[in-house]
This record gives sequence, structure tokens and C-alpha cells, in this order.
Amino acid sequence: MRFGVVVFPGTWSDCDFHYVVSEVLHQPVRYVWHRERELGQLDCVILPGGFSYGDYLRAGAVAGRSPVVEALRDFVGRGGLVLGSCNGFQILCEAGLLPGVLTRNECLQYRCQSTHLVVENVDTPFTRGLRAGQVLTMPISHGEGKYYADAETLARLKQQNLIVFRYASADGKVTKASNPNGSLDNIAGIVNPEGTVLGMMPHPERASETAMGGTDGLLMFQSLLGTLVEDGTFLKR
Amino acid sequence: MTGAEPKVTLDLALDAGLTAEEYDRILSQLGREPTYAELGLFSALWSEHCAYKHSRVFLARLPQRGPHVLQGPGENAGAIDIGDGWAVVFKIESHNHPSFIEPFQGAATGVGGILRDIFTMGARPIAILDSLRFGELDNPKTLRLVNGVVSGISWYGNCFGCPTVGGEIAFAPEYAGNPLVNVMCVGLVRADQIVRARADGPGNPVFYVGNKTGRDGIHGATMASATFDGHAEERRPTVQVGDPFTEKLLLEACLEVMRTGAVVGLQDMGAAGLACCTAEMPARSGTGMDVELSRVPQRETGMTPYEILLSESQERMLLVAARGREEEVRRIFARWELEAVEIGRVTEGGELTARLNGEVVARVPVDLLAEAPKYRKPTTELSELAERRAFDPLTLPEPRDYGDALIGLLGSPTIASKEWAFRQYDQQVGINTVILPGSDAAVLRVKGTRRALAVSTDGNGRHVFLDPRQGAAMAVCEAARNVCCSGAEPRGVTDCMNFGSPERPEILWQFSEAIEGISLACRALELPVVGGNVSFYNETSGQAILPTPIIGVVGVLDDASLRATQWFKGPGHRVALLGPASVSLGGSEYLWARHRRLAGRLASLDFEVERRVQRAVRAAVSAGLVTAAHDCSEGGVAVALAESCVTGRAVMGCEATLVTTDRTDLALFGEGPSRVVIAVEAARAREFEGLMAESAIPWRWIGTTGGERLVIRVGPQMVVDVDAGQLGRAWRSGFEGHMA
Repeated sequence: MRFGVVVFPGTWSDCDFHYVVSEVLHQPVRYVWHRERELGQLDCVILPGGFSYGDYLRAGAVAGRSPVVEALRDFVGRGGLVLGSCNGFQILCEAGLLPGVLTRNECLQYRCQSTHLVVENVDTPFTRGLRAGQVLTMPISHGEGKYYADAETLARLKQQNLIVFRYASADGKVTKASNPNGSLDNIAGIVNPEGTVLGMMPHPERASETAMGGTDGLLMFQSLLGTLVEDGTFLKR
Repeated sequence: MTGAEPKVTLDLALDAGLTAEEYDRILSQLGREPTYAELGLFSALWSEHCAYKHSRVFLARLPQRGPHVLQGPGENAGAIDIGDGWAVVFKIESHNHPSFIEPFQGAATGVGGILRDIFTMGARPIAILDSLRFGELDNPKTLRLVNGVVSGISWYGNCFGCPTVGGEIAFAPEYAGNPLVNVMCVGLVRADQIVRARADGPGNPVFYVGNKTGRDGIHGATMASATFDGHAEERRPTVQVGDPFTEKLLLEACLEVMRTGAVVGLQDMGAAGLACCTAEMPARSGTGMDVELSRVPQRETGMTPYEILLSESQERMLLVAARGREEEVRRIFARWELEAVEIGRVTEGGELTARLNGEVVARVPVDLLAEAPKYRKPTTELSELAERRAFDPLTLPEPRDYGDALIGLLGSPTIASKEWAFRQYDQQVGINTVILPGSDAAVLRVKGTRRALAVSTDGNGRHVFLDPRQGAAMAVCEAARNVCCSGAEPRGVTDCMNFGSPERPEILWQFSEAIEGISLACRALELPVVGGNVSFYNETSGQAILPTPIIGVVGVLDDASLRATQWFKGPGHRVALLGPASVSLGGSEYLWARHRRLAGRLASLDFEVERRVQRAVRAAVSAGLVTAAHDCSEGGVAVALAESCVTGRAVMGCEATLVTTDRTDLALFGEGPSRVVIAVEAARAREFEGLMAESAIPWRWIGTTGGERLVIRVGPQMVVDVDAGQLGRAWRSGFEGHMA
């Protein structure tokens, strides 16, 4: 599977995603510069974390209107897969590729901590190797991760099963105490109706090696790779 | 020469922070009166902050060489060889004065400055550690300072994308008027690709790169070279304003341009900005520099040569490129949307010539600027010390309930959990942090190798106040011991010396003694000091801080998978106490937290025992025998045991028996160097005993992990029996409770 990792001025999780894809998953990967308009033969484009363009105006606002994101619209139209994590999720929302917005954390402080995520939707290429209700452990690191959408959008997200991850307790209960940033309905990650564009605040690349304290993030990448397995063996749950 | 600026007089020179003798020296060396711009150059470069006028004669005593040293003091940062072709570049620096005036920007630009020191060497920053000192938390002003400093560090480090992995925060009333913000940064570079702050090769082009120059931060260096009176806030315009986004671009552009080989030298425009770079870079190379100030990118109009030279606007560098490769430099900076403007050339002849629209505004020998006068001012021992040391803490009443006393200590803000601060810092970006903040040392793997780096900072102002020489030596030992507790071998030291005014003999005595202590400890442990920083004048209205040398130690783990953390991992593990029995309540956290006294003598320090204990801990960790290792520091062995019980993911109880001493509180809370608590799986206890026998150190088994309570006996007597969960809650809320 051919991966591209987008680099905006101010992106900082680019090297981490690149490392996991190339050194842990042993998949081909290249950096995609923010001015590129041609995504070529890539299968999956990753929008990493960071402070693209300094997050001036609003987090992800400038990047959401950059040349590479324009190219991303065509790429998505052709069925390409997009994973936006942290700032990448903010960019996808700002670009309108996903609904809703990410606002300042309710505590008004940056939060870097381990979180538990309950998996709600396993019908996406990113999660099809997981069980519904499975609890993943992954860190977050952001100041603006409080997901918000209007009532109509939220109803649609629920009705179409587009909420992929919600912050939960270690045993999978969705509680106020387990919500690190005040996100609406504990939403940590959502997907487009086609299931091809996933945005999430947590960092799967920081939970992809035992040395880093956990491998739950790797399950997402393995799900992705599994989607390419022709006989579908990986997909059986 | 320009006539647009004021004529220089002795009064003007005095206003600029120079002394009458220094001004005379300038007159005689130049053979004329300096121009206003030249006066600016001297006032900045001869400031204490830039020139270490009062400290250099003492600093020369520090050991600076060693088999692994690739770069010692005198460059942007020091560098140590760690094997596999890699070097670690590191340095600690203070930003105390600006952080008191404007805590958010002061701390933020402190982070920005030290990051630049690391990446100008060609290294990618991989870790930040912050050593912070504040007044006590019952003062609302302190709460504002803590909030501002922590959010400033968080804002800059997180946006830039370098993880904050360690450091400490401590509180004492002596820091109320002068908080300390010391930031250490660690970076990685290929050992053969270190870039230095040199201006070699006359004819080579000099580039100004990065942010535009404004009027912010002018006189920052001179501000940091004076004490505060009651009106420190009025100096807010001397504090710079940071832009971590631009710094991130500058990092990527600098590393990219250095990979091309087109860079001859690079220096951060930090304190004293362009003035400092244009003097220091040629001075290191025996060259000169000729620069045209009108070409310097400016964000304000009408800036004078004086202002352009002395601005401390952030995120700027001076880059000397190889002649003929100018286009490569321009192209790379343009790609990162940064300014890269050729402002001059390296010259022969050893003079700095600054021009404005062709007209010479300053022409000074760079050696004269770079070699400020050195002073050896008188030192006197603090008169009250003898009395303070003579005090015997054992004349104070013992607590009625030792369990309560322990809970109280764990909840004291200095000892309590600092998670409130650390969760505001990105700790993992770069995916290297294999031991997160919260253990004795943070550990970062070196990708592509089996190795890892362990880093720790330490410094106890009370110990140093009571006994500057031994207190400072103990700080070196403790920072090194912290690194050993992770399993790493200490390789190098950086020090940040925070003191009051060196013009007071008592303060200079503290400084001189502390340097001697650091020097002795570093020699005993064979640790070179490869860089650091001196911050004097930390006093307000005559009240100086506790003398606070902060010691940063970097160590190397040859096998990153053999590492240890401080918390107990499971029940049934045997617990050992390594190190000497000698402890003291003098200068202890217990004596302060419970009795509000700063007095007594420190326990003795034996370098040979320290060295052996450190070696034994490393040997045990690298043999895979250790399930937890934790240094005994503030609060003594009782607090160390309690921390091992409560700082892990799950709380774990422990039963331990300590040897009887003069008093129970001394046995529990007495502090002394060279002591480490270690947990070993019962099945491997024999192996551990064998290793300890070879180590020739004092040690004994003191207990076993398990259950839900921490039970401590002193001799036959049970003195502590508390629920570990309760200890955990006290530890978690002791600091955070004040901040929430």
C-alpha cells in the first residue's frame, strides 16, 4: 500500500507517521509537500499532527485551503483513503471534507495524555480489523480538540454510523470523566459516509510499537493493509 | 561616521551599564570616543549576561574535557559522542528575568532560545527539560507566574514540536520575587556533521535568516545583568515576543541547508542579537565582518543602527555560507518562506564594520568586543551560616503520627505530582520518549540503533544555601544518579548557575564554592561540563534567591530495552536500599515543610561510595535484575518508598524495615546522598546479592512489595501504616490542588 504523508509548514507528526509506515509496517511512503497538486499513485494520504501555518486564524484553517488539500478533494473523489490525525482532523473539518469543527479544549489548556477509545464503527477500511466495542489506548496531544457539530449534523453522524471513536473509560464506558477535551458526545474520530476519510484527534502513530508503550494504533494500520488482502483473511473478525 | 545619534559621554556609558573603568578602557583601546552604535555593542557584549565578567575566572575550574567530548563550552552548545556515529548536543539556559516580568512570553522565548542553540549545531532537538522555581503557592502572584510560565513553555514547545520530557518544579519563599525558568534542550546530530558558530574564510557571504528585526528585546542582555527594584514590570518592553511557528520553519530550513554542505558557520541571534553574532563569530575564527545594516529585514521603519544591532527579536540566525553557494541558501529558505538576505562578508583584519547605507556607523576590533574585562571580585562567607549550620534539628519535637507526616510531605507542592504541568506539554512528539516524565530520568530511544539517552535535571537551593560546595556537588551526584536509575551511564553535564548579585561578596562566595563543588563532583564521576549558563542578579530589592545551580546530566543506555523506572511493578518483589546509612534532617524538605526551618548540616558525601553505588545500580539494571529503581532525595527513604508505591499506573503497597537511628523522623525523612531504592523479583534475589557483593557498597534488603498499604518499621517498631491509595491522593493533589 502506497502512503503519502503531507507536510505543511508547521507540521510535526510527519516524521513519526513516516517512521511507522516505513519502519514498522514496511510499506512504501513518501512526503507530500503542501504545494503539490498531484497525488499520483498513492493509496492512502495521511494528514499528520502539528500546527500547520502556525494554526493562525483557527487550527487547520489555512491548511484547509492549501493546494494539496484541493488535490485531496479529487483524490477522495477517486476513492483514495485519507487519515487525518490531530491537526489533520482539524484540517479535514476546515476543508469541509468532514463535518463539524474542533474548538478550544473545555479546560482551556493543552492536553497530552493517554486516552481510551471505544470503537463504534468497524465498517471502515481503518477499523475493519477491530471489534465493535473494542477499547483502544492512544495518546492525545492538542489544545483544540473539542469536537462540535450542530444538532442536525450530530443526528446525521449517529444515524449513518459515522462516529468511529469515542473517548471512554478503560472498560469502554462513555463517561464525562473519560472525555479529555469536552468533545460533543465524547467524539474522538469520525468518518465520511463513504468510509474513506477518517479524522481523529488521538495519535495512532504514537501507539504503534511496544517500545512506545502500546500497539493499539498499529491495529488501525493493519486494518488498512488488510483491506488490500484479496482473500480477505484479515477481515474475518 | 553618522551624526544622527547622540554623542557618547561617560554618563551615557554609565547608563548603558558600563563602569567608568570599562569606559576608559574602551577609549584607550579605540583611541577615540565610540559612536553611539559602538557604545551599544560594548554595553551588550560586555554585559554580565554575554561576557561572564564575574564568573569566568571561576568557571575555568570546571572539567571540560573527556574521551567522549566533541564540543566543550564556548559554542552554541556542547556535544558528546554517544556511539554509532551519533552525537548528543545539549545545553541548559536561564530565562529568569524575562519570566518574572512577563511569565508567558519570558518562558516561551526561553524555550525558543535554547532550541535555537541546539539546532544551530546541526542537531534536531529531541527533548526539553524545564527546571522551575517559584515562591510559595499561597501567594496569588505566584499562581499567576506558575500559570504563565507553564503555559508559555507549553505553547512554544508544543507548537514547535519538541517534546518536554522532564525537569522539576520546586517552591520556596526566596524565589517569590525572582522565579527561575531554566530550560535544557537535547538534540541529535551525526557526529561528523556538527556545525559551529564560526566565520571562517574571508570573502564568504554573511546571511541574515529568519524573522524580521523589530524593536523588541533591546537591552535584554543588560536587563538580565542587573537586579530588580520594585518596578520590574516597567521593563516589560525588554522582553521579546516568541513565534514558535517561525522557529519550526527556521529549524527545518537550517537543517536542510546544512545538509547541502553550503554552511560554514551558524549562530543564533539570542542575547544582544546581531551585535553578538557579528562580533563572536569572526572572533572565534580570527576574521572580521563587514555588514550593511540597511539590508537587515525590518518590521518597523526608522530603526537606528543601534536598534538594529541590539534588537533581540526572536527566531533569527546569522549564517556564514561558502562563497559561490549563495543560491542554494536562498532557495532553501525561500522554500520554507523565510527571509535569507546577504548582509555582508567575512573579512580579513579582525574588525567588525557596520554600515548604514554605506556609511560606517561602527568599526571595532572583534577581539576587543568578544574579550570583555574579567573580574575577580572579593568573596566572603555568609555571616549567618555558622549559626544556621549549628542548629540541631533533633532538638525539635517529633511528630505524633509518622503516617500523617509522610502524607503531609507527599502532598507538599515540591514533592507532589507535577502532572498538572506535564499534561500541558507534548511529551511524545518524535516518538522517541520510552520513559515519560514522572520517573527519575526520562529516556529517549535513538532510532536506528539499540541505544537510548537518559536525561535528568536537579538542584536543591536549600542544600546549596547551607553548604554551597557540598550542596552543588550533591546536585551533580543526584542528577547523575537519576540517570543511572534508568540504567544509563552518565556522559556529560550542563549547568545553569542561578545566583544573586555577584557584586556582593557573600553571593560570589556562594557561587565560587558551588563551582568548586560541581568541579569536584564532576572530576570524581569523570563527567565533563560541556556547556551552561550563569544567571546572576536574581534578586529584588536586596532579597536574593537561594543559590541554585541546576545540573543537567545526559547519559547513554547501550541497550534501550534494559531500562528501569521508579515505580513498583508487582507484588512479592524484594526491596533493597543501596548506599550509606548516614542521613541528616539539615536542609531537608521535612525540616522546611514541617518546621519551616532552613538550618542544620548536610549528611556527608563520599564520592567513592557515590561512584560505586551508581555503578552498582547500572550493573543491576543492565543485567535485567531491577523491576524498579528510585533515587532517595527530598523526603528521604520514606518518601522514596511512597513514591515507588504511588507513581506507577497502579498503586502498589510495600512493607519495609529501616535501621534504628537517633530518631524515627531522621530514619524516615533524613536526606543523604548516594542512596537508591531498588526492587528485584524474588526469584532473582540471589543473583542481585552476588552483584552487590561485587560492587563493594553498603546495602541491605529492607522489605517486600505487595498489599495495599505502605508499612514501615524502624527497628522493631511499626511507625507508618497507611493506605497507599491515600498516599497517592495526597501526592496527586498536593500541587494540582493549588492550581485548579
